[in-house]
Amino acid sequence: MQAKLSVVALSVAAAFALSACGQKDAPAPVAAPAAPEAKPEIVVKLGHVAPMTGPQAHLGKDNESGALLAVEELNAQGLEIGGAKVKFQLVSEDDQADPKQGTIVAQKLIDAKVNGVVGHLNSGTTIPASKLYFDAGLPQVSPSATNPKYTQQGFKTAFRVMANDIQQGKVLGEFAAKQGVKTVAIIDDRTAYGQGLADEFRKAAEAAGLKVVANEYTNDKATDFKAILTKIKSTKAELVFYGGMDAQGGPLVKQMKDLGIKAKFLGGDGVCTPEFMKLGGPAADGEYCSLPGVPLEQLAKGPEFKSKFEAKFGYQIQLYAPNAYDAVMVIADSMKRAGSVEPAAYLPEIAKTKLEGVSGNIEFDQFGDLTSGAITVYQYQGGALNYVETLGGAPAAPAAPVEEKK
Amino acid sequence: MDIFLQQIINGLVQGSIYALVALGYTMVYGIMGLINFAHGEVVMIGALISITVTSTLAAAGMPLGLAGLFGLVAAMLTCMALGWSLERIAYRPLRGSPRLTPLITAIGMSIVLQNLAMIFWGRNYMTFPPLLPKVNFEFAGTHFTLVQVVIVLLSAALMAGLVFLVYRTKLGMAMRATAQNPAVASLMGVNINRVIASAFVIGSALAAVAGVMVGSYYEIAHYQMGFMLGLKAFTAAVLGGIGNLAGAMAGGILLGIIEALGAGYIGDFTGGFLGSHYQDIFAFIVLIVVLMFKPSGLFGEKTGDRA
Repeated sequence: MQAKLSVVALSVAAAFALSACGQKDAPAPVAAPAAPEAKPEIVVKLGHVAPMTGPQAHLGKDNESGALLAVEELNAQGLEIGGAKVKFQLVSEDDQADPKQGTIVAQKLIDAKVNGVVGHLNSGTTIPASKLYFDAGLPQVSPSATNPKYTQQGFKTAFRVMANDIQQGKVLGEFAAKQGVKTVAIIDDRTAYGQGLADEFRKAAEAAGLKVVANEYTNDKATDFKAILTKIKSTKAELVFYGGMDAQGGPLVKQMKDLGIKAKFLGGDGVCTPEFMKLGGPAADGEYCSLPGVPLEQLAKGPEFKSKFEAKFGYQIQLYAPNAYDAVMVIADSMKRAGSVEPAAYLPEIAKTKLEGVSGNIEFDQFGDLTSGAITVYQYQGGALNYVETLGGAPAAPAAPVEEKK
Repeated sequence: MDIFLQQIINGLVQGSIYALVALGYTMVYGIMGLINFAHGEVVMIGALISITVTSTLAAAGMPLGLAGLFGLVAAMLTCMALGWSLERIAYRPLRGSPRLTPLITAIGMSIVLQNLAMIFWGRNYMTFPPLLPKVNFEFAGTHFTLVQVVIVLLSAALMAGLVFLVYRTKLGMAMRATAQNPAVASLMGVNINRVIASAFVIGSALAAVAGVMVGSYYEIAHYQMGFMLGLKAFTAAVLGGIGNLAGAMAGGILLGIIEALGAGYIGDFTGGFLGSHYQDIFAFIVLIVVLMFKPSGLFGEKTGDRA
């Protein structure tokens, strides 16, 4: 009887672990506003993918709102492509920030014969999905996938309107060196994003003469970091870098202080959010993080976008909404120049994009990355992100600190 | 050395929480041979209830300490009611059916509770109000906080209370009798239904305390927090010998320490080949090894023909 119980217990534990991954929510299609029926028009369906459920749902909703704003503006303009009136329609899908789900919804969009894809939000879902879009010849513009691998696979359908992690890791590594520290410890959450950013940071930190004294790992569901932090404490690292998202970063920075670790904390865009400051509390104060791009206030079209967005949706921009807006505009602009909404016809035009977007100037290099990838460093201060400096190929930053409320 | 000591402290705190949750598994298993997989979710409900009650009362102007106490009591009462209803709805109708049937309803209840919590409390992480003042202690190069001290002491006190209950009271005697032979116990005038219901209620009260502890330790709570914790606590119960109270406590603390030391030292021992991302795996390696070589657990005793 003993052995039988063991088998049952084990298989139950396994079934249980699987069931946790299997919770699905029905994707909510976003209805485009009905346009008056005048003359026959072409409906252009644009896929949008981001996590609409789970801990990153607030970021997914933000992207979707940005894309929706762009679609509504395009429809209001009464755009004509190749002599026919076009109506854009956003088909929104939820990938739950899960790579497996990412490929499922990608296939769904391909089967639905969408004309282009805006997404996905996470690198971990964007990279596996990009193979499917490439095979289907479907152009994909990600507003926020920062892992360099995404555009390095040789897929001519893959573009992003955001600086990648090579650029961000480099800036963060150099920023760490400027803080006067000699030794750093690196923690990542083993996702494509976290690991990729940590790798680029490591390269840049070592190039800047810093010594990496510890490489530790966690996962994107963990809450306890005391064991790895204790290990880091023993290495006497002067700075702890975290490659991962806010839901882990917040408790992590708090537990650092509980263990009496005096090291500074530094992170990328995943922890540069209000959620991080909520979870980290006072422990986050005075630490630094970075975001790709330039603060909206410093861009020609930024403040206008911000007020339009807030007037329409009644909530503040979280993170990547301007980039999602630009991703839609890049696709529409290429269709216009090609005089066609067919993927095969307008795809070559995306590579030739020269667009002044709300998030900055958009021009692609031969890989589909932005040619000018600016990175901005912020400091956490009493629950707000304070502007520190903008580095990388962007317009010069003003001297006066600009408070960026996100 | 201070680093080693710090890892032991980390493990001890984590292990105390595992132990407290493991008691709920082991008590129910000992009496009726059922693994209540929804137990981790009871912990989660306890944490979320106490957040809601505490922050509501604190917002109404009550001092935080008192509000926290009310939150704890509310969480315990809710979880006791929940534990009782779980037994009444999901397990009692199935008593006497094959062993696998209640196991499946247990998993079903766990998913139902998770989704209910998601509907009530939303999908985002919630911050737990700091119930205890932030006091940091330093001892021989190690750091620990008041919350950690309270967790270890409170767990120890609750476990001692439970042992007293089981071995020194009439209800405890009835529980042990039911565990040995339900049919005979019932012939001797023991109300089996009441005994089993009280095992669920007591286990759920302990789970509620564990939930408040986990919440105030990490200062966050989430509708999925009970899932992994439940699995780990189940592992701890099996490690110590499921059905055995002392085994659950020892198993919990041992598991906490194994995890902390594992995460802290595996990189050094394997020359960087395996890293700290294998932290969660230790619990399950331990489970598999114990089941393979000593299925009755470290402290496992022959509990009649139950297991």
